Amino acid sequence: MFEIEICDENELKNRINSIVEFIKDIINKEINNNSFALIGIKRRGAILADRIKELLSKFNNIFIEIGYLDITLYRDDLSEISDLPQLLGTEIEFDVKNKKIFLIDDVIFTGRTARAAIDAILDLGRPKQILLTTIIDRNNRELPIQPDFTGKFIETAFNDIVNVYLKEIDGKDEITLTRCK
Amino acid sequence: MLFKYKDFISTINLSKEEIFEILDTAKHMKEINKREVKKVPTLKGKTISTAFFEPSTRTRTSFEIAAKRLSADTVSFTSTTSSTTKGETLLDTIKNIENMHTDIFVIRHKCSGAVKFVADNVKAHIVNAGDGTNEHPTQAMLDLFTIREHKNTLTGLNVAIIGDIDHSRVARSNIWAMQKLGINVILYGPKTMLPSDTTPLKCHIAKNFKEAVTEADVVMMLRIQLERQNKILIPSLREYAMYFGLNKTSAKYLKKDAIIMHPGPINRGVELSTEYADCDRSVILNQVENGIAVRMAILYLLGMQKRRTDGSST
Amino acid sequence: MDLLLKNCTIINYNGQSNGHIVINKGLIEDILQNNDNIDNIYASKIIDCSKFIVMPALIDMHVHFRDPGFEYKEDIISGSYAAVAGGYTTCLCMGNTNPAADNTTTIRYMIDKAEKIGLIDLLPYGCVTINRAGEHIVEMGDMLNAGAIAFSDDGSPIMNSEVMRRALEYASTFNTFIATHSEDSNLSANGQINEGIVSTITGLKGIPAAAEESIIARDVLLADLATAHVHICHVSTHNAVELIKWAKSKRINVTAEVTPHHLIFSEDNLLTYDSNFKVNPPLRTQRDIKALFDAIKDGTVDVISTDHAPHNIDEKHIEFENAAFGMIGLQSTIPVLLQFVEEGKINLKDIVKLTSYNPSKILNLQKGKIEKNYRADLVIVDKEMTYIYDENIIKSKNYNTPLFRKTLKGIPVYTIKEGKIVYSLK
Repeated sequence: MFEIEICDENELKNRINSIVEFIKDIINKEINNNSFALIGIKRRGAILADRIKELLSKFNNIFIEIGYLDITLYRDDLSEISDLPQLLGTEIEFDVKNKKIFLIDDVIFTGRTARAAIDAILDLGRPKQILLTTIIDRNNRELPIQPDFTGKFIETAFNDIVNVYLKEIDGKDEITLTRCK
Repeated sequence: MLFKYKDFISTINLSKEEIFEILDTAKHMKEINKREVKKVPTLKGKTISTAFFEPSTRTRTSFEIAAKRLSADTVSFTSTTSSTTKGETLLDTIKNIENMHTDIFVIRHKCSGAVKFVADNVKAHIVNAGDGTNEHPTQAMLDLFTIREHKNTLTGLNVAIIGDIDHSRVARSNIWAMQKLGINVILYGPKTMLPSDTTPLKCHIAKNFKEAVTEADVVMMLRIQLERQNKILIPSLREYAMYFGLNKTSAKYLKKDAIIMHPGPINRGVELSTEYADCDRSVILNQVENGIAVRMAILYLLGMQKRRTDGSST
Repeated sequence: MDLLLKNCTIINYNGQSNGHIVINKGLIEDILQNNDNIDNIYASKIIDCSKFIVMPALIDMHVHFRDPGFEYKEDIISGSYAAVAGGYTTCLCMGNTNPAADNTTTIRYMIDKAEKIGLIDLLPYGCVTINRAGEHIVEMGDMLNAGAIAFSDDGSPIMNSEVMRRALEYASTFNTFIATHSEDSNLSANGQINEGIVSTITGLKGIPAAAEESIIARDVLLADLATAHVHICHVSTHNAVELIKWAKSKRINVTAEVTPHHLIFSEDNLLTYDSNFKVNPPLRTQRDIKALFDAIKDGTVDVISTDHAPHNIDEKHIEFENAAFGMIGLQSTIPVLLQFVEEGKINLKDIVKLTSYNPSKILNLQKGKIEKNYRADLVIVDKEMTYIYDENIIKSKNYNTPLFRKTLKGIPVYTIKEGKIVYSLK
């Protein structure tokens, strides 16, 4: 087993910036017709959503709602895991109805988390559109779900582990890949 | 997760951490109840059967709503057969429904210990919705949840529980849990309604209503079981209301910020007069609301567990 | 000679000795010293008892054989087998049968059935009142004539004090006694376990000690009034012991028994709602247990009886509150009492005194001693053998005891009645 670096702190920052650019462009194009929201998937997607909102706020005229989603209750593998995860709680205070929602997560892998997140959002109301953005896109999808924008694509084997470290909870900004054999 | 029991029968063996885990889980469940689509798919495909061998509409409804909000299928079974000397035994009844692939049973029974007896003898998860005069653990959890919501903390609080302590499963479950959380519980009621040996409760027994409530942050009035207290325990409801009920006279001893609780259904004018049942300090309807969230949390914690071979009860 | 027991360690109520027991025609013909020559004694059977102890066979003043009426729980045949396997050759069975033992026909039926099997002397209690209803006393004279040994409404206390007084008086006319289950049934109504710490914790309705004590107090006073003999069954509380001690000090004719289960188990065992511990009177506290041992030592308690109460699994493996009261006990008395000996709470002499010598005295039987010309009712016990107390050992029809499948130590290897081996552990 070995761990290799995929993004250092600087590159991670650039990847996040590229997502911010993607979001900003869409907002600028449609600002008059739509309202927008960021929804981060807990835990790391939520932190990334915070950072993205912070970066967006530097541009004039951009106000965007933010919310955080705990998808635990929507997971399709809950009864399979031996240690039930702690509920973190969904915190979405705004009405999702008719909004364009940027769904944010750190990694898209099998697509099951995104599926759960979409279901969870739809239970809250009927958004106009959901756009999925992640920092890392790795292969091995199990559901026909594709992100609308990703920071970086990496080729992985199924049992590889992508580790996203964020300063807020991990003390550093870095992305690594753990490869088994 | 700390909570790894097969069943939820009692609060007596719960640790402080486990209690907080239940309350925290319930907090997230409460958010679901405020949505327009009050439903999550978590227990989709699970079958939950409410088996009530003692009449109750409220508790059963609360459990059924909780189960449905988690997308479980619910079946309700009621039986008022009071004795098992004739007909099918309790265990046979449950085992029959279990073999229709029920995952969780919510059971109320008039005999203390009967729900544990079932839990010890079936594989399905069992939730105690009240066994005789023993315990009603989900009520205690929803009471604690409600207290925490209003007082923002649980430790160090003073809680007065007033009424028929001896025959109250609500009191027992609350007392065991509150002991663990460092809540000071003070009890008051006519001596006919107190256990003759109160040492295991580790509660102060007040000498009068005033002493019971003066320091209390929470005043919990227990329901007088009109059907149970029949003759000997108190001379009349009129006298009970005078000396042990919360009314204009006795309410003057309450702290200004004390909250008033009641497990329901209320006997208005007996343990609680209407002006206090409905006043600002009354959190009785919050208790009912929180009951759903707490029961969702319990059903979630049990229903999502992998079947453990050594599954123990609380 | 019928039987020769070689190298015996003989336990009597008043001491321990060594010797060879010579048995002939149902009686103990002689007890020879160890150094006496026994080579020229001819006996049809010789048992070497050098690894065992020999005691007078036990007398149980309180069993339920459920026959007639409840033969699915136990009957006189299975009860007899359980008795001899437990070292008993004499049992007094209670009359809460169906029909109740309030008539000579039922008494005769019981005795005849037991005689047919011939393992034990079955001495039935007649009911005190018709149908044990506590109202009309039975024809005691006629029933004694039919073979009743004494009278008891066990399980259904006589709440009417006038009836109790007259029953005591009438019984004493015939020189017999009344055995009482002391319980104020108003105070104990719906009670499940001892009222105290454990009833507070479990929410099970308590039976206060006073429910037992108040009736004991009444009955010893009535015995005094009636100058009659009252036998208090299964004493379980420390105040009950005090009341009996007081009565004895006033020379009131009272005898008392305790059960092994009230000595070995306490209310703490009920925290798990295990209905095998559900008995009436209920298991009490450690303080009560200590008082019962003291009462054994100072003679306040005369007798250890089992209150052997078989129940079918369907009556026990249900909700606690609906489960029947009682546990079986005939085959666990010896191991339980030997455990007390090992723990230093009693000695071997006490066992003989409480299970054989005193009952024999109370009942006027020519038993209870290993002495020349006494009835050769004996039990040979292996004190050291350990075994699992399971369905292979238990002869009762039901296994309702918390000791079921537990490891016990000490077991009868032979039980002898009137010189005949009525039981041998292979």
